[in-house]
Amino acid sequence: MKLLEKLWRALDERYDLQPLVAFAREKSVPCHRHDWMYYFGGLTLFFFLVQVATGVLLLLYYRPTAEAAFESVQFIMTRVPFGWLIRSIHSWSANLMIASAFVHMFTVFFSGAYAKPRELTWWTGVVLLLLALGFGFSGYLLPWNELAFFATRVGTDMVSKVPFVGHWLLKVLRGGEDVTGATLTRFFGIHVAVLPMVTTFLILLHLAFIQRQGIHVPEGEKPVRTRPFFPNFVLREAMVWLVGLALLAALAAFFPWELGKKADPFAPAPAGIKPEWYFLFMFETLKLLPAKVAGIDGEILGLAAFTLGGLFWFLAPLWDKRRARGERNPWALAVGWVVLLYIASFTVLSFLGVFK
Amino acid sequence: MAEQRKVSRKTFVNWLLGTSLGATVVAALYPVFRYVLPPEVAEAPTNRVLAGKLSELPPNSGKIFRFGAKPGILVRTPAGEVRAFSGICTHLNCTVQYRADFQHIWCACHNGHYDLQGKNIQGPPPRPLEAFKVDIVGDDIYVTRGA
Repeated sequence: MKLLEKLWRALDERYDLQPLVAFAREKSVPCHRHDWMYYFGGLTLFFFLVQVATGVLLLLYYRPTAEAAFESVQFIMTRVPFGWLIRSIHSWSANLMIASAFVHMFTVFFSGAYAKPRELTWWTGVVLLLLALGFGFSGYLLPWNELAFFATRVGTDMVSKVPFVGHWLLKVLRGGEDVTGATLTRFFGIHVAVLPMVTTFLILLHLAFIQRQGIHVPEGEKPVRTRPFFPNFVLREAMVWLVGLALLAALAAFFPWELGKKADPFAPAPAGIKPEWYFLFMFETLKLLPAKVAGIDGEILGLAAFTLGGLFWFLAPLWDKRRARGERNPWALAVGWVVLLYIASFTVLSFLGVFK
Repeated sequence: MAEQRKVSRKTFVNWLLGTSLGATVVAALYPVFRYVLPPEVAEAPTNRVLAGKLSELPPNSGKIFRFGAKPGILVRTPAGEVRAFSGICTHLNCTVQYRADFQHIWCACHNGHYDLQGKNIQGPPPRPLEAFKVDIVGDDIYVTRGA
């Protein structure tokens, strides 16, 4: 104890740490009926940290080439002690991170927290969700199995439908005309270097905005009591993280992630192929669209609609001015419910096999 | 007058620095831009391949074969005729397969159906599969592009 105190005094003397302590003492978080939603951003961060840790561990054995990738993941899962667990946690945590990010986004949307002055927090948040989906998409290919191979063929082909630069983007993403070992190497680089760097920067920015402006309190809940951030809120958040860890450990241990069959570029796409659950609503919609709608290819129309819909969602702070004035906006709520019901119903119906 | 000259000199220096900086950024980014775009690999165009053996392809069956770097599909109709098409679904780039139970070509990715002429008949595919010319020499099935 004496030693720690001495160390603290030495550091404080050199770096003047007292103001930081004072700041931590004063920081507080509002309490109200809906304050449960404040924990989901932190929970998403927790799963991201798990991803970084398990991702680094997987890097010790993983080899990013078409010849060796599948075998190296097989080696991790069958020969490396606890390799199956590390990989299973990495896969499950990715899914839980995206699920938690979705919950976080919808609570922010429904409480109107995106409105002025928090536009940039909303925009960095939506971009972070897109980056998380990018992590999911790029990471999915890395084991080089059959499902991943075709999911990547389909996903990158969608990019080629972008007007003017589509074909150029396709070649940049695939590292050529087709999905090959070159694509795997590129996706690996994107997954372990580009995305982590950009994501870390945006997370820090997102947190800095929240710190600077204070957390949003929904209309109708003001004025509110507050609770100290440290230790009260931190301990509560820690409990949520523990629940997240327990869930993650249970899923990873009882439902280990499958590896599937090695990708064969000259095999037909297997029956029953489908993407990860967070892309299911788009996948089922694309399946339902007819070949031609008013002379336009169905999939181009679908992809254009998803892009415009996403843009509309992203721009919520601009079209919803009423929320910024502290008024209710039934239109915004209706948009939120339509989007939520569409995504949720298509995902659930897909799992139930209704679209077969 | 002196005041005016001072301002214009400042503007000139700013302009000079600004364009130099802009040129430096472009000079640094151009190689990066070119670098990420993979170089064209000179590939001898494949126009004719040995796609399979007639004896290995019973009526009402199909198989994927390599046509250069891309998959093609050989189909033997229930009537015994051999046909060949591009194996790439015109919807979103998956590889199609022959379904004996449907007696036609099917894509598993988004449930696209093509008839035995390669025409898109059901589901999202917007165009027919490209058809290839088939030559049978003894037991060998040769496929030629540009049928």
